[in-house]
Amino acid sequence: MALHVTLQHFLIVSAILFSLGLFAVVTRRNAIMVLMGIELILNSANINFLAFSRYNALQIDGQMAAIFVIILAAAEAAVGLAIVLNIFKNFNTVNVDEISSMKQ
Amino acid sequence: MNSVQMFDIIFYILAVTVLLSAGVVVFSRNIVYSAFSLLFTFFGVAGLYVLLNADFLAITQLMVYVGGILVLILFGVMLTNKVVSVDIKSGTLQMIPATILAAAVAGILLSVFLFTNWMTSGSDSAVQTVKTTAPKIGEALITTHALLFEVASVVLLVAIIGAAFIARREKTQQ
Repeated sequence: MALHVTLQHFLIVSAILFSLGLFAVVTRRNAIMVLMGIELILNSANINFLAFSRYNALQIDGQMAAIFVIILAAAEAAVGLAIVLNIFKNFNTVNVDEISSMKQ
Repeated sequence: MNSVQMFDIIFYILAVTVLLSAGVVVFSRNIVYSAFSLLFTFFGVAGLYVLLNADFLAITQLMVYVGGILVLILFGVMLTNKVVSVDIKSGTLQMIPATILAAAVAGILLSVFLFTNWMTSGSDSAVQTVKTTAPKIGEALITTHALLFEVASVVLLVAIIGAAFIARREKTQQ
């Protein structure tokens, strides 16, 4: 059966998800949209970790890497949103192209 | 219908769900639609984790991303948009170079993924009966990955303190 799902299918989904996340990070003006794009990129990386882990004799190492990616994503989201809130408090905008100085 | 065909059908449903909702996240003009569409992306990715024999990771994905990060992002959307103004939409910039860049990255990644002869070992059949991975992950966390586990706990503590400190409101401006 030609359409039988193999490792490549998961990798293709991950590649498209990565490109969409990159596109969001580069084009969107809103800083929160940039954070959402980063989450998409991290999810695509996790799909890759788990796919290689699954198709390599069911090893556990890829799953360990994915756990630490999730931990760092949670920390990144918390700190990133705190920074965005602080920027909004100081500049009254969250558009990344209007924020070009470190202080007011 | 045998279980292999079932696996393929579920995979395609989940892949279409993930990619369509991620497309809505990226291309929607309204940031609230983007935030809610991210919910379906995270659910679809959790389903893909289940297909990849990672049950513990799928539950972790649901708890951390859907329960934590998505709520944080929604708080961010609500707190940083002026409700009275109509500027809840978020514009885009540099569309043409960004499109070229994203298409080039996608092409390179897809060609690498498709034309590399990946070394896969073990049974290549789609459906295998495996036990739950939680005991293996727990054992690895206290043996081979113990240092990373401790460092991750310190990182989370630092992130909590840092986020609370950064987002704290000042009392008054003198």
